[in-house]
Amino acid sequence: MNLRFIKGYGIYLILLALIIFFSVVAPAFMRFNNVINVARQVSMLGIAAVGMTFVLILGGIDLSIGSLITLVNIVAAWLMVKGGVNPWLACALGLLMTVAFGFMNDWIIANIKMPPLIVTLATMTALEGAAYIISDGLPIFGFPKGFSFLGQGYIGPIPVPVIVMVIILTIGSFMLNKTYFGRHFYAVGGNEEASLLSGINVKRIKYLAYTLSGLFAGLAGIVMLSRTNSGQAVAGKGFEFDVLTAVVLGGVSVNGGTGKISQVVAGVLIIGILSNGLVLLNVNTYWQMVIKGIVLMLAVGFDCYQKNSVAK
Amino acid sequence: MVTDESVLRLENITKTYPGVVALKDVNLELRAGEVHALVGENGAGKSTLIKCCTGAVVPDSGSIIVNGQRFDAMTPTLAVECGIGVIYQEFNLVEELSAAENIFLGNEIRNGIVVNQKAMATEAAKVFQELHIDIDPNAPIKNLTVGYQQMVEIAKAVSKNSRILIMDEPSAVLTNAEVASLYEMVRKLKSRGVTIVYISHRMDEIFELSDRITVMRDGVKVETLKTADTNIDELIKLMVGRELKETFPPRAAAPYGETILEVEGLCGNGLRDISFTLHKGEVLGFGGLIGSGRTELMELIFGVKRPESGTIRLNGKPILSKTPGDAIRHGIALVPEDRKRQGAHLELQIDQNISIAILKSISTRTVVNRKAEESISERYRESLRIKTPSVKQKIKNLSGGNQQKVILAKWLATNPDLIIFDEPTRGIDVGAKYEIYKLMNALIEEGKTIIMISSEMEELIGMSDRILVLHDGKITGELGKADFSQEAIMNLASGVA
Repeated sequence: MNLRFIKGYGIYLILLALIIFFSVVAPAFMRFNNVINVARQVSMLGIAAVGMTFVLILGGIDLSIGSLITLVNIVAAWLMVKGGVNPWLACALGLLMTVAFGFMNDWIIANIKMPPLIVTLATMTALEGAAYIISDGLPIFGFPKGFSFLGQGYIGPIPVPVIVMVIILTIGSFMLNKTYFGRHFYAVGGNEEASLLSGINVKRIKYLAYTLSGLFAGLAGIVMLSRTNSGQAVAGKGFEFDVLTAVVLGGVSVNGGTGKISQVVAGVLIIGILSNGLVLLNVNTYWQMVIKGIVLMLAVGFDCYQKNSVAK
Repeated sequence: MVTDESVLRLENITKTYPGVVALKDVNLELRAGEVHALVGENGAGKSTLIKCCTGAVVPDSGSIIVNGQRFDAMTPTLAVECGIGVIYQEFNLVEELSAAENIFLGNEIRNGIVVNQKAMATEAAKVFQELHIDIDPNAPIKNLTVGYQQMVEIAKAVSKNSRILIMDEPSAVLTNAEVASLYEMVRKLKSRGVTIVYISHRMDEIFELSDRITVMRDGVKVETLKTADTNIDELIKLMVGRELKETFPPRAAAPYGETILEVEGLCGNGLRDISFTLHKGEVLGFGGLIGSGRTELMELIFGVKRPESGTIRLNGKPILSKTPGDAIRHGIALVPEDRKRQGAHLELQIDQNISIAILKSISTRTVVNRKAEESISERYRESLRIKTPSVKQKIKNLSGGNQQKVILAKWLATNPDLIIFDEPTRGIDVGAKYEIYKLMNALIEEGKTIIMISSEMEELIGMSDRILVLHDGKITGELGKADFSQEAIMNLASGVA
């Protein structure tokens, strides 16, 4: 009985346990400034996680997220600095590109029937190379004033990136819970053939998911560019795996058909709090990675174990 | 060969799930060398009972006695050691491996860590020979027909020295010819002293094969009868707990209206030159063997595939459905053959399944109207008598018959004029079948039109107003009600007439 209560709430319990643990061992953890800091640090993760959640619920995967972040970094930076383009226009063009690549990913997946893992892996590899070619491997900086607002500004006491993240998460949650698109994501991910026979335009739904994944990745990239104030060819390297970790930690099934934004938020926060708390405790980077790996294994393992024992 | 010696006894087995008693105090005895049929409606507890025997489910209380040895619970390993084997409806075969490799899966003949392919093939050939099965041990499973795959499963169980073989609706997946060899196999195993538990919804085969019959209803064992001492009527009465007068409910002979569907010269998707007409208020049956092109024809009409040539006219107007969505908008619905694969969204709730095809139309500015969704679902729950505590339940918690009603509700919600049923009662128990038939009649009375594909002769004859028979992608004959007979349909279906 108590086990069944825990099922579905396990992720929140882990989050709570982490918060209590770090508040006790690291008094600085619960200070207002630090809490805000954690929120700002996870903002890009949270933004990109929404797209990955859509794609995973559909039964796919998007490994190109990190490279799209890099692409937008380099392209928008290049346009602003070398091309003298207005910052907003440069961002818009960057976003247009990531959307186009998201669309292209799905075009290949849908029409050539290639596995999403391979398609997005190929896109990732090619775009990473392209970013180096455009930038010559050198950072691009010297952006117009005002551009830093998106990544470094505040509205009241809240950092702008956090506000952007909350908006995107809210949109994501709204789409999944309230709209028919969202329901179609679950339907197609759970049973594609039955969805097709129910008159759902499966292709269009997939385009929507991958395109939005591209858009949100691009948005995360722009926030990152504005925050670091320099476009770098390694900006998003490995970021797709951080996103995947957070989303899977939030209980989204890689087999498709299930997952909730509210739990993904918990997954994102766990990653953020772990990073922040371990830094406060002076744990070195490599041990942080070890600990993150163990937490991922335990959290998802616990969830799978629960599901199995309930099934019997 | 049948003796009174008991090989397996279940004593006072009880198993409850949250909110459901799956088995209540069940006692059952299997005798050496008998074919023991297990019958009951879906949800009667048959599956849970066999899972208790194989260790897939641990009972809350009671014991299992195999050859005099008492167990409180089985484990899958223990069950195999006790000689209990199961042939599930979904085979446990690895498609890419050969028949021999599958037989010795997990039990390979090897020299050190190297698998001895040759020895396995020889041993497998021996088992096949003993059972008179004509299969090349080296043939990959994926190249075998379903009937042969089942034979491999049986050979696998026999090679593991199974003395008790549980078969879960073994004929459901087979063609008529394959069923005949299945019967032969069951008799052969019986003559070797193997005890067989035979689960089936088909009365004819139960009477053909079994020595004794145990009837289950609502998790309780109703009775165990000698097959020789009972008949179909009594059995059905025991199963449903009420008397079913006729297997097919009567339908007020509706005068056919105008032509609703006209198919002319349709080719493609394996079909050649298909032409027929359908009148409003008619039930048009499609007979034929598996692979004769019936499902393929419906795929063309429903927009799953596109025809190469020919026309489809609906209410006089030619239509071209590029997607199922187009077909739905034209007022066509398709209740598919394979409920789990093509019909149900198992992870979604009942109301979410019912609304899935009309979701857009009950949304305002993309937001789903949950109240409408629930009230529509509640309406169908009542009118179709879907047995569930709440429409918020996941559909996977329902029995097969109730799942089929949910799928039907999904299609009725689209308000179609023409409903295509592809094997409407496959894997559904007698009581639920009757209800589905009654629903079909009610639809006709409401002015709908029905196309029904069925591989069950009795169903085809009992429900149709007219039957078209397909063979090898062509229509080989049309039968009016006066000419209905199993022989006539079989002849046309096999292409001899």
